[in-house]
Amino acid sequence: MITKKQVSHVAKLARLGLTKSEKEKFTEELSDILDFVNKLNEVKADKIKPTAQATGLENIMREDKGRAKSKQETDKLLELAPETEKGYVKVKAIL
Amino acid sequence: MLNKLTITQAHQGLKKKEFSSVELTEAVLNRIRERNQDIGAYLTITEESALKQAIKIDKKIANNEEISVLAGIPMAVKDIILVDGIKCTAGSKILENYIAPYDATVIKRLKKQGAVIIGKTNLDEFAMGASGENSGFYPTKNPHDLERVPGGSSSGSAAAVADNLCIYALGSDTGGSIRQPASLCGVVGLKPTYGRVSRYGLIAFASSLDQIGPITKTVEDVQIVFDAIKGKDEKDSTSFFGHSERSEESNRSFANVQDDIVKNLKIGVPKEYFIKGLDPEVEKTIKQAIDKYKEMGAQVMEVSLPNSEYALACYYIIQPAEASANLARYDGIKYGLSEKGQDLLKGYLKTRKQGFGNEVQRRIMIGTYVLSAGYYDAYYLKAQKVRTLIKQDFDNVFKKVDVLMGPASPTPAFKLGEKAADPISMYLADIYTVSANLAGIPAISIPCGKTGNLPIGLQIIGNQFDDEKILQVAKLYAP
Repeated sequence: MITKKQVSHVAKLARLGLTKSEKEKFTEELSDILDFVNKLNEVKADKIKPTAQATGLENIMREDKGRAKSKQETDKLLELAPETEKGYVKVKAIL
Repeated sequence: MLNKLTITQAHQGLKKKEFSSVELTEAVLNRIRERNQDIGAYLTITEESALKQAIKIDKKIANNEEISVLAGIPMAVKDIILVDGIKCTAGSKILENYIAPYDATVIKRLKKQGAVIIGKTNLDEFAMGASGENSGFYPTKNPHDLERVPGGSSSGSAAAVADNLCIYALGSDTGGSIRQPASLCGVVGLKPTYGRVSRYGLIAFASSLDQIGPITKTVEDVQIVFDAIKGKDEKDSTSFFGHSERSEESNRSFANVQDDIVKNLKIGVPKEYFIKGLDPEVEKTIKQAIDKYKEMGAQVMEVSLPNSEYALACYYIIQPAEASANLARYDGIKYGLSEKGQDLLKGYLKTRKQGFGNEVQRRIMIGTYVLSAGYYDAYYLKAQKVRTLIKQDFDNVFKKVDVLMGPASPTPAFKLGEKAADPISMYLADIYTVSANLAGIPAISIPCGKTGNLPIGLQIIGNQFDDEKILQVAKLYAP
């Protein structure tokens, strides 16, 4: 079960601007999905190690070295940004 | 009807100068013009660059230069894999106008072989779905019955191969998104071992599960494409070389000793894969296919994967959790849809609400919830532990058998709209496919029969790194 208040909280964490009716819809749907995944409560797994990566690779490193991008490459990226100024991506003030 | 050819046939024809790459490409383009309206397989068609590439290959052939087996052959790319300079939407309104700034590693490798990229195929938004209906643009239809879904999320790629709108295609598989649509469309689809194929340039969905793979008309073709795209890539730290690439002896020499393989072959049939919810016609057809292996001399035995019943629940925690983190990057600042708000936060809220469709929002919500303070241990950590148990089941069973066989999908293609209103019934379509992603093991779906006019796919699952082995076993059935 998940409450409407929890749904509002999660939506804010996820940066999704939901309307009131969408929050209601999600409260119902998410409760159903959580009921479904709660099946895992049947499994005793306290002493089992968690798996995050199935093929067992760990700490694959590369040299910590930057590479200057060509103007052609940076232009392509800037072209994709909704707002730019003097070669920078423009963002709203955060303070 | 050049568009109906397989890779092997098309290559022979090009080499013998029976037809040109331009003629082959035109045949495919004509078929697309005729059919895409009804099927909805493509989101973008790259006619101009495809023909340019075809002309280049034709010149090589005219000069009697050696060409690789994929040179001059038109192929389709799931629209979640980046092709430099071409729109890449991931099936989402949030990336409706996004132009890929570089080539994915798999695309780089195919271009080096001289592949002709004909277009970008439709999919469930961000690869989240099992029917193609979650596309932010339009649904794809199953070529065998236009009232039915092609499966998903590689819906356009599977439908395009089935309807000869390309010679072969690339898909991606996070919980069955190559194998399930391949099964529903009657084509071959391979999900390789996690890490055999680089994901650099694949728009990330659930990173511990995502894998790129080929969708083709024959098993022989699947092997050709897999050989072209596989191998370690320094740009994907999870990628590595397989046994065959590391050792001198290529597994492919097996082709000469097929009799020996089948006589030494031990096939496991997991009893948990033949349960309630499995369509009786599918069950009958799959059992008949397995019997054919028995007739060829293989040993078939029932095995058990006791934690199978928890796989889907485990997957529907881990996968949305990873998706919610991966999709945090769509902020309306760096690229993609950007809705203005009075402040930074309001801009985020509006952009993400407008840009993401229902299913994507649902999964972001679930994922955020299971990772949030107070719920992490109960859901996410628990699921990771169950993932270990699921992996152990496979480790144990592969001590006894070479491969596992069962259905790829519990039902044949269902009708559009049939499951759209109930998310959980749609999730159940993944029941036989998610385990391979959780365990990182390879699996393939090959066509093995029909019920009415609807195809059924046999799934062959192998141990980690045994991609070549499952391909050989698949070839025994359908060379």
